[in-house]
Amino acid sequence: MFATRLLSLERWKKWIWSLVRLTLLAGLSFVILYPILQKISTAIKDKGDLYSPIVIWLPEHYTLDNFIKAIDIMDYWQALLNTFTLSTLTTLLTAISCALAGYGFARLKFKGRSVLFAGVILTILVPPITILIPVYLNLKDFSLLGLVPLLTGKTVNLLNTYWPFILTSATANSLKAGLYIFIFRQFFRGIPKEVEEAAYIDGAGVGKTFYRIMLPNAIPSIVTVLLFSFVWQWNDSFFTTTYLTSSKVMATQLGSLPYNLAIMLEDGANSKADPFYLSMVQDTGILLAILPLIIIYLFVQRYFVESIERTGIVG
Amino acid sequence: MKSILRLNRRTYNEQKALLGFFYVLPWLLGFIFFFLIPLLSSLRYSLSSVQANSDGLIVHFSGFKNYLEALTVNTEFNRSLADSILNMIINVPLIVIFSLFLAVLLNQKFIGRSLARSIFFLPVILASGVILNLESTSLIQAVNEQNAGAGAIHGMGTFQLESLMLDAGLSEWVVDYLSNAVSRIYDIVSQSGVQILIFLAGIQTISPQLYEASKMEGATGYEAFWKITFPMVSPLILVNVIYTIIDSFSNNKMTDLIRETGFTQFNFGLSSAMAWLYFAAVTLILVISSFLISRKVFYYD
Repeated sequence: MFATRLLSLERWKKWIWSLVRLTLLAGLSFVILYPILQKISTAIKDKGDLYSPIVIWLPEHYTLDNFIKAIDIMDYWQALLNTFTLSTLTTLLTAISCALAGYGFARLKFKGRSVLFAGVILTILVPPITILIPVYLNLKDFSLLGLVPLLTGKTVNLLNTYWPFILTSATANSLKAGLYIFIFRQFFRGIPKEVEEAAYIDGAGVGKTFYRIMLPNAIPSIVTVLLFSFVWQWNDSFFTTTYLTSSKVMATQLGSLPYNLAIMLEDGANSKADPFYLSMVQDTGILLAILPLIIIYLFVQRYFVESIERTGIVG
Repeated sequence: MKSILRLNRRTYNEQKALLGFFYVLPWLLGFIFFFLIPLLSSLRYSLSSVQANSDGLIVHFSGFKNYLEALTVNTEFNRSLADSILNMIINVPLIVIFSLFLAVLLNQKFIGRSLARSIFFLPVILASGVILNLESTSLIQAVNEQNAGAGAIHGMGTFQLESLMLDAGLSEWVVDYLSNAVSRIYDIVSQSGVQILIFLAGIQTISPQLYEASKMEGATGYEAFWKITFPMVSPLILVNVIYTIIDSFSNNKMTDLIRETGFTQFNFGLSSAMAWLYFAAVTLILVISSFLISRKVFYYD
């Protein structure tokens, strides 16, 4: 008798806890999804629906007009292509260079290794804003210790090209690269030494061991780094707006969207265009910019969640 | 024979060391060219008056003038710095506690867990850079919130809870802090994606035997959390605190001010001095917080 009552009490507790958990998670999920839903609802609204008092979520007149406007103003397809190229390029280069550096720091003993690794930590800690101006000036008159002027006669201006991104990512110093090196190092350190030694005994060199044994084992961390680096590069406005002021990539296009829109609708920034309408098209633009990421995320979110659990950041 | 062998082995190790150096070389080049030299020249600029003209830069050493200007003359610097630091101090504990709590929730088994997980990691993708900046200026969102009456109802709910807590004898400061946290829930949620991931990963490495044993001894879930989960993830609390601090310092009012001084007013010296003061403040906070936390951290092995 007592046992069954206790059992039922336990069961009650379980049910209540599930209910509480469900409420919490549903509420917080709503908080996260709310802006996206809001944007979708705004994007398909007609201009007239903005002032209709009966329209809150579902519009009365569906229209794709906002999308057409935003695509037109942002030069969307061109910007999409540019951003995609840029992100893919930097992501791949960053992953390769960080994997190499991470392996070097994890497994190959050489003099000054710990000093250099302290350098990696330093790159994580120093805010990028601290070195932004010298890097900017350096790229504006790029000379590489006077090597470039020797060959071409004058310094080259690398701004508004992809070169700043290519150079920094190929040398593992791009956006948050220190973090990626750290992830790779931790992961490589977690792979048992015996695996590597077996490869050495079978006659593989360091390069072959790295390429054939370590990299296939490190897929979770590679996936993590690829994903993070792609997403952060895509959304980055810090470096993009500094290095690429006139190229059409998503971040700069999105940043100048309100202004361009005002110009197009009427004459200039202080026009009398309806601010609500501007905001409406701007929301559509944001939606368009993150849409590719959301689509990609739908496919890879499983790896995203699973891989980080095995990357050994926690170790 | 033995000596030859030893010699061989040493050369092999040497060879490996050389190769190791080659593996790190790309990073090292980048580190020198895109980090160390800029860092040093930024330090130099901060101690000089810098003038840019068509011929290039003219740099005159001027001591601590720029630092003095940033601290005493510039009207915005002190305020933005204090603002950023205050924001950080308020946000970091909330984000870390919140993400630990959510990680524990998301680790439990329930229907729709993978859906919930993918929703909670969505902010990692969405809440960064330009999108966040634009979002805060979205007029429609603000108006819609007003229209839906969300503001009013929300405020009411917080208000009632507030007076309830005040009646219960909690200090006013704590109540303010909590109600503030509730109204900034979106900020907190959107900044805690990576932290949730890290905590979740940490929780999953805890061996299930520990929980099993504690259950046998009659521990409740609540006790198991405080006696097992919490100590086991405490190293990660340190990691997450550091990550959150760095993250919160990478893009805020302060960086905007430094950028503006540098790129629209072209006052490179002052801008560098601000950036260095800022860096010093960040470092100080990181050192203090990691010192405080690392004393409490429990290491299993």
